[in-house]
Amino acid sequence: MSIILKTASELRELLNQGQITSVELTQQFLQAISTRDPQVKAFQLVDATGALEQAEKVDAKRKAGQPLGALAGIPVAVKDVLCVKGQPTTCSSKMLENFRPPYDSATVEKLRAADAVIIGKTNMDEFAMGSSTENSAFMTTRNPWDLERIPGGSSGGSAAAVAACLAPVSIGTDTGGSIRQPAALCGIVGSKPTYGRVSRYGLIAFASSLDQVGPFTHDTLDNALLLEVLAGFDPRDSTSVNRPVPSYTQTIQQPLEGLRIGVPKEYFEEGLDSEIQSAIKQALQEYQKLGAKLVDVSLPHSKYAVATYYIVATAEASSNLARYDGMHYGYRAKPQSGEKLDLIRTYSRTRAEGFGKEVQRRIMLGTFALSAGYVDAYYLKALKVRRLIKNDFDQAFSQCDVIMGPTSPSAAFKLGEKSNDPLAMYLSDIYTIACNLAGIAGMSIPCGLTRTGLPIGLQLQVPPFEEEKMFRIARMYESVTDWHTRRPQLVLGK
Amino acid sequence: MDIETVRKVANLSRLDLSETDLAQMTQQLTAILGYIDQLSELNTEGVEPLSHPLPIQNVFREDEPRPSLPLELVLQNAPARQGDFFSVPAVFDPADDLSH
Repeated sequence: MSIILKTASELRELLNQGQITSVELTQQFLQAISTRDPQVKAFQLVDATGALEQAEKVDAKRKAGQPLGALAGIPVAVKDVLCVKGQPTTCSSKMLENFRPPYDSATVEKLRAADAVIIGKTNMDEFAMGSSTENSAFMTTRNPWDLERIPGGSSGGSAAAVAACLAPVSIGTDTGGSIRQPAALCGIVGSKPTYGRVSRYGLIAFASSLDQVGPFTHDTLDNALLLEVLAGFDPRDSTSVNRPVPSYTQTIQQPLEGLRIGVPKEYFEEGLDSEIQSAIKQALQEYQKLGAKLVDVSLPHSKYAVATYYIVATAEASSNLARYDGMHYGYRAKPQSGEKLDLIRTYSRTRAEGFGKEVQRRIMLGTFALSAGYVDAYYLKALKVRRLIKNDFDQAFSQCDVIMGPTSPSAAFKLGEKSNDPLAMYLSDIYTIACNLAGIAGMSIPCGLTRTGLPIGLQLQVPPFEEEKMFRIARMYESVTDWHTRRPQLVLGK
Repeated sequence: MDIETVRKVANLSRLDLSETDLAQMTQQLTAILGYIDQLSELNTEGVEPLSHPLPIQNVFREDEPRPSLPLELVLQNAPARQGDFFSVPAVFDPADDLSH
C-alpha cells in the first residue's frame, strides 16, 4: 500500500518505528501534490522548502531522543483563512492577495507546538462564503472522486487535499457547514467543534458568533488526534472557553453503552436525494445492530435555519469585513489617469474591485438587515428564531445522546450547476447550518457511495462540549464498516 | 427591494457598484429576502433574542502594558506608506471651503 494512502495515526507508527523519516514522508506528499494537484487544484500555496526544513528538524529531534509533539513529522494542509506568519494568507480573495500576516494564528501555533509539518495553504470560497469553493478569486478546486464536480465548500481545498491524499490531514473552518459538507462530498471525516472549543485568534473572521476551526481526516481516530491538538483555552480569543480538553484518543475505542440516537423527522422530508436517504437509513441500521436505540425527535424550526443564518451570518460579516478599506493592509484601488479619488471613493472603489460577487452580496444583505428601519424586522427577528432553533436542540438532546441524519441533501453537484443561483447554493447547507446557530458540535463521516461513485456523509450532532462522546459514537460505526478506508480512483489508479 | 434601496445600501456598505451590478444585486437580493421572509410567519413574541451561543459576559483583563508588534511588521502590508506612517488619501479636499 502506498504510504500516502495511510492515516496520520498509521504514519505516526511508521515514524516512531523508524521505518520512514519525516523528510521522506514529506517528499512523498510533495510528489503527490506535483502529480495530482494540477488536476485537483486544492492548494493555494505549497511551501515545499518550509515543509522540508521543518521535517528535517523533527527528524533531528527524533534522532536525538527529544520529546516529540502529537503530530511530529506529519504533513498538514491549512485553509488559507488561518494566518501563517510571513506567508501569503489570502482568504482566496483579491483583497488579501498580497497580505502577509505579522503573526501566526492560534491553530498554526498549536500545529507547530505539536511538531507538525505545514505543507501548504488550501483554496476556499472567498472569505469562507460559499458551498462549492467556486467563489475563490483564484481557481476552482475539483472533487477528487469526479473532477467535473465541486468538492463542497467553503473549505473545499482542505477537503480535496485529504481526499486526494495530497496531505494526510488538513484544517478547515466551519461557519454554517464549511467543514462537514465538503467532508461529506469528498468522502472523508470532518468535525466542527463546539463554539469556543478552538481559539479563533488569527482566524480571519467571517461571522464571529458562528466560526469554528476543525480538522479533516480519513478516519475518526485521526480526527480525535487532531482536535486534541487544536482545542484549548486561549485568552486572546474572548469567546474561547476555559475548560479542560479531554484526551479524545484515549477513550475513542470505547463503544457507548445504551446509545440513544435521535432521528429528526425534519431531516428526511422533501429535498433529500433518495440515494442519500437510503444510505443514512442503512447507517442507522448498523447502529441498531450495535445495540443503539433509535428515538424519534423533532427539530420543528429546522426549516427556518437557512433563513436565520443568512441574516445572522451576513450581519456579522458586514461588520467584520468593514475593516477592508484599503488603508492599513490589503488591496487599494488606484485612481485612473487624471482622476482624483477622495477617501470615501477610495474605500468604495477598493471594496468593489477587491471583493468578489458573493462577498459583496453578503455585505449588502447584512448591511440591509442592520440598517435603520429594517433591523427589527430582520436582524432582531432572526436572533429570536435562533433562540427557538437552540431550544429545539436542547429539547431533543433531553431524549438522546446524538442526533443523526444526512450531512448534505445531495452528493457533489456539477461545477457551475448552482453558481448563478445564490439561493439554491445556500440551500445545500440546510442540514449543517443549525449546528452553528446553536453552537453545538457536529461531524460528518463517510457512510456510502452513490451508484455513480460519489461519497455520502452521515452527520452526527451532540450537545456542547461532548466531542469525546461524538468521537466514540463515530468510531463505533467505523469499527463495523469500511467506508472510511475508500480512496478515489484518481489516487488508486486503474 | 427596489434599486433605490439597493443603491442606498451599497453606499452604506461602501461598495461602488455599476448600474449593471445594482440591477443584478436588486434581483438577487429580492429573491433571497423573499425566502427569508418566511421567518415572519413565526410568532416570536416574548422570545429572548440569542446573539451568541455561549452564556458569556464581557471578558476583562488587567490593564497592563504588553509588547505590541514592531513597527516594521505593522507597516509591512501598508498599500502606501510615508516613513513610519500609513499614507492615505486626503480626508478633506483642501479645495473645499471648511470655514462655514
